[in-house]
Amino acid sequence: MEQAVFYLFAAILLFAATMVITVRNPVQAALFLVLAFFNAAVLWVLAGAEFLGIALVVVYVGAVMVLFLFVVMMLDITVAPVREGFARYLPVGLVVAVLMALQLGVVILSDEVALVGGLIPEPAADVNNIRAIGGVLYTVYVYPFEIAAVILLVAIIAAITLTLRRRTNMKHQDIPEQLNVHKDDRLRVLKMETERRPDRGGVGHEEG
Amino acid sequence: MFETFETLFWIFAKIWAVLIPLFLAVAYFTYMERRVIGHMQDRRGPNRVGYKGLLQPFADALKLLFKEISVPTHANRVLFLLAPALSIGPAVAVWAVIPFADGWVVADINAGLLYILAMTSLGVYGIIVAGWASNSKYALLGTLRASAQVVSYEIAMGFALVGVLMAAGTMNLSGIVEAQAGPFWNWFWLPLLPLFLVYWVSGVAETNRAPFDVAEGESEIVAGFHVEYSGMAFAVFFLAEYANMILICVIAAVMFLGGWYSPFHGVPVLGPALDWVPGIVWLLLKAGFFAFCYLWFRATFPRYRYDQIMRLGWKVLIPVTVVWLVVLTVLIYAGVGPWF
Repeated sequence: MEQAVFYLFAAILLFAATMVITVRNPVQAALFLVLAFFNAAVLWVLAGAEFLGIALVVVYVGAVMVLFLFVVMMLDITVAPVREGFARYLPVGLVVAVLMALQLGVVILSDEVALVGGLIPEPAADVNNIRAIGGVLYTVYVYPFEIAAVILLVAIIAAITLTLRRRTNMKHQDIPEQLNVHKDDRLRVLKMETERRPDRGGVGHEEG
Repeated sequence: MFETFETLFWIFAKIWAVLIPLFLAVAYFTYMERRVIGHMQDRRGPNRVGYKGLLQPFADALKLLFKEISVPTHANRVLFLLAPALSIGPAVAVWAVIPFADGWVVADINAGLLYILAMTSLGVYGIIVAGWASNSKYALLGTLRASAQVVSYEIAMGFALVGVLMAAGTMNLSGIVEAQAGPFWNWFWLPLLPLFLVYWVSGVAETNRAPFDVAEGESEIVAGFHVEYSGMAFAVFFLAEYANMILICVIAAVMFLGGWYSPFHGVPVLGPALDWVPGIVWLLLKAGFFAFCYLWFRATFPRYRYDQIMRLGWKVLIPVTVVWLVVLTVLIYAGVGPWF
């Protein structure tokens, strides 16, 4: 049963990944990438890594790909020229692909990881996936974790400073000033006597 | 083999036991909306179909069912028809982890809260795909507004729920409710009051409802991302939107108002006196209050301007949550009150 589910989702994953690089429309390619991420998440959940699986959906599918789609939708990419440089970039692409395949092979076949034939140990009944990851992340790996957080923060600040531009000729809305405004600054209440009917030779107005 | 089928049967039975009441709730939520807003605006609302108009939702559904689904010219046909499915899928999938009463839950998973965040963040794809595939400028503008708003408010909402996670010490929704066991001053709304308010405001914004409904903005962009949809395709969007609204209400009740516990649980005299009321009644009463607030807001508040919505989300709500998370850490560390 579990194997059938695995092969089903693995097949969809491979199909989606192939479509990402072969489909002509960039928006459709991005959507196929979403499908690929989602199926990868399902495979992780199936392997018992529920936290990683759901985190993949939250971060990549829910946030990164949404922004990605936004950009792709806004850009007016014509479909045909995207494929023009295919022959030119083929060698570079092949080198990258071979390197990645080698790295994967080294990891999978190495003795330390023991993925081939090695079984994932059954978790104890009261051990919770998230609790376990949190425990390791904040004790053993606390420095790498914090450093990664700082690097991300630096990246955020850098991105904001790069795109921040102040225009001098723009009319700004100063919200604190708007909120602090008082009735007396804007409004003057005049006391006036009621006007009389202009029946005495047309002289109706008097200073109030 | 037989056992597999039996398990599958029970899973399907549980799913439909949640979905059928959910769809009925959506149908009558639309009826309630029209009646309540009608009375708030000094008119009657629908009262012709059936006794006091009670069959109105079915009349509407039938009407939409028999209408033609028209696809605009040069629209991307596949994505255009896929978009409603993309928006209803996550909207009903979330309900799998919601505990309606003690033990009444389809899938009691450990990462329940994370699962909710994941599923609600998927809902935005329906909006994006619908707007892009429609080949219409109004739909695309509505999409941009809606998705930017949803993405922004998701952060504030996520932070507010992180506070709940810290207070309860678990991501399991049943565990979160059990951590609030006790009378109403034991529930998380009190120690997490700022987060509760932030959650509720971002929940309203997340579902693109008034006063944050610029994504629809009838006066500017007709109806937003689903402007080109008709018939059942439109009905599915509608269903997803209302299912999401009810979901926000139920999650608010589960996370902050003690889920299925009665307001006097554990109090000497009143507690045992109210024990005969089943837990789901309390949950529905609490969620019903929020549902009423949705309609109340819509009848009362003027629409926010778009830049003000963004300012509120990024510059007010997110800092509030971050500050309160720090305060909360201190509260938990000091073991304050009946909560921690």
